[in-house]
Amino acid sequence: MTTSNYATERETTEGKVFTVTGGDWDTVVSGTDPINDERIVVNMGPQHPSTHGVLRLILELEGETVREARSVIGYLHTGIEKNLEYRNWVQGSTFVTRMDYLSPLFNETAYALAVEKLLGITDDITERANTIRVLMMELNRISSHLVWLATTGMELGAISIMLYGFREREYILDIFETITGLRMNHAYVRPGGVAQDVPDDAIVKIREFLKMMPKKLKEYEDLLSGQPIWVERTKHVAVLDVTGCLALGVTGPVLRSAGLAWDLRKTMPYCGYETYEFDVPTHPDGDVWGRYQVRLAEIRESLKLVEQAVDRLSKRGPVMVADKKIAWPAQLAIGVDGMGNSLEHVAKIMGQSMESLIHHFKLVTEGFRVPPGQVYVGIESPRGELGVHAVSDGGTRPYRVHYREPSFINLQALPAMAEGGLIADVIAGGASLDPVMGGCDR
Amino acid sequence: MTAPDDKTTNGGVPVPVPPAGATSGAPAEHPPSSPAGRGMFGIHGTGDVSGFGGLVRQRSAIEDSPRPYGGYFDEVRDALEEAYPAFADAIEKVVVDRGELTLHVRPERIAEVCQVMRDDLALRFELCSSVSGVDYLGADERRLHVVYQLTSMTYRRRVRLEAAVSAEDPHLPSVTSVYPTADWQERETYDMFGIVFDGHPNLTRILMPDDWEGHPQRKDYPLGGVPVEYKGAEIPPPDKRRSYQ
Repeated sequence: MTTSNYATERETTEGKVFTVTGGDWDTVVSGTDPINDERIVVNMGPQHPSTHGVLRLILELEGETVREARSVIGYLHTGIEKNLEYRNWVQGSTFVTRMDYLSPLFNETAYALAVEKLLGITDDITERANTIRVLMMELNRISSHLVWLATTGMELGAISIMLYGFREREYILDIFETITGLRMNHAYVRPGGVAQDVPDDAIVKIREFLKMMPKKLKEYEDLLSGQPIWVERTKHVAVLDVTGCLALGVTGPVLRSAGLAWDLRKTMPYCGYETYEFDVPTHPDGDVWGRYQVRLAEIRESLKLVEQAVDRLSKRGPVMVADKKIAWPAQLAIGVDGMGNSLEHVAKIMGQSMESLIHHFKLVTEGFRVPPGQVYVGIESPRGELGVHAVSDGGTRPYRVHYREPSFINLQALPAMAEGGLIADVIAGGASLDPVMGGCDR
Repeated sequence: MTAPDDKTTNGGVPVPVPPAGATSGAPAEHPPSSPAGRGMFGIHGTGDVSGFGGLVRQRSAIEDSPRPYGGYFDEVRDALEEAYPAFADAIEKVVVDRGELTLHVRPERIAEVCQVMRDDLALRFELCSSVSGVDYLGADERRLHVVYQLTSMTYRRRVRLEAAVSAEDPHLPSVTSVYPTADWQERETYDMFGIVFDGHPNLTRILMPDDWEGHPQRKDYPLGGVPVEYKGAEIPPPDKRRSYQ
């Protein structure tokens, strides 16, 4: 420390205080180096309202600037992949639906597609089953994006949008309840098709929803898009370009917000997506604003898809493969207490047909065998490529199922977005990745 | 913290324990006394004819697929053969099954192969979709397989690379320098299977706690669980129940 004629120093309880009167600012400032002295490590999470679940961030800060960011995950690890190896192939649906709890129908569909590919029955899936899968997935995409909008809004200080987003999502969950019997954890998409047909009152609800939703979307945009705080908090924040996305494996809306129109529904279609008309929205900037725009546009595209799918449902047909060795024998129906065996089926196996009872018993307890081999199936979930690597050893249980979870992969990009930015932008950047920890940790 | 069953740990690696009842086809209280056939019809154990028979599945050996493979698979193979001089040494097998191409790669060559797969203009697998493991316990001497799913966005193709290592020497090079996205995925594979990726910048556990012992996704690692009593009857945990072979 140089003593100077111009700057006098004195000790206070807060530390040294300089009274600067002359022109030697530099020496005085370098003497204390307030920035490096104040490099602090902040532990954020795992219990924090703005980290999208049990995500823990360790941030090294210089003032308000993030110098290093590391994420710690695993707090929601439930060993679903291991558990699958101890249940039969159909029971797997009820496990995978619990992974990414905001997009359960995508988890189920990806799993079903993988099992069907292993069985070699991909082409036997009925048209109606595929239409219902598309319908359910697109409704689910809307509900997932609504939760994204709601939580991101809340994390950036816009509380109204949180209420609105969850309100409209509730409407979709009602539709799901009418169709599958449950709001979440449906186990509705099964290997071979879907559990049961869409009831007529669900169609009425979906039509109402299709009428209502565009107005609501307009409402969201009126609330947020012109809002100066929202614009300031999102534009040019947490930028990640296409190169960064590809290197880090980031897919989905984040990749499309950087300008690359990579959407598996278009590039590697499944479930008959190639027969629907829809666009893949992109944005040139690769920032949080771009991701907001892309997701809103994707909700509109999903509405188009839902409308087309509902129109196709007017043509009746089976929703399960004809092969009785795979198709669940019970004609499942929604009762007051959820989904279960239909009463007619129970009456038949208990009262009339011993063979039906044996068949039912064998298929439910033993399940079906899947020829040995391995497959990988990727579908476009609301967060990016959701991949299933399924291995069979020829038995009635999965030998190994691995989920390529977009939340898990995309979270790797957080340090690239956050380092060098402000701590407030860590929240915006992390939220814009839309991680769901249930999926990330599995 | 310890693994669910202390007896099975051996320096952090569980040793194989013959599961009682679960795969032998007999209830847990009556494990078969010897594997040799006994009785008039070669019945093992209790002679349980309920369908939970003691059949043991054999995993058929994986063989090279004959050419032509069909689709883009021939192009991918030829392009790799041309761009990568050590092809014959590095690629153990080429398998086409269910419309998917799998290249079985010698583990020490995996990073080189990935580099060529990414950079060659005729291949261009820009995206590494997934890295994970499979434990083929009892079916393969090199039981731990690492599986890489590569995606070419340019050509809209997928290919799978598979590298097998043994549990005694579970080492292979990391591909993080080629595909940074493999970082967490290799950590997960290490965490779950104990496969060590040499050259990884920070190979630590990611899903399990840091002080966890054993690698849970290995086939000889027990699922764990406790029996549940319901109305006087005891239901064993899932991995102790009888199962169909």
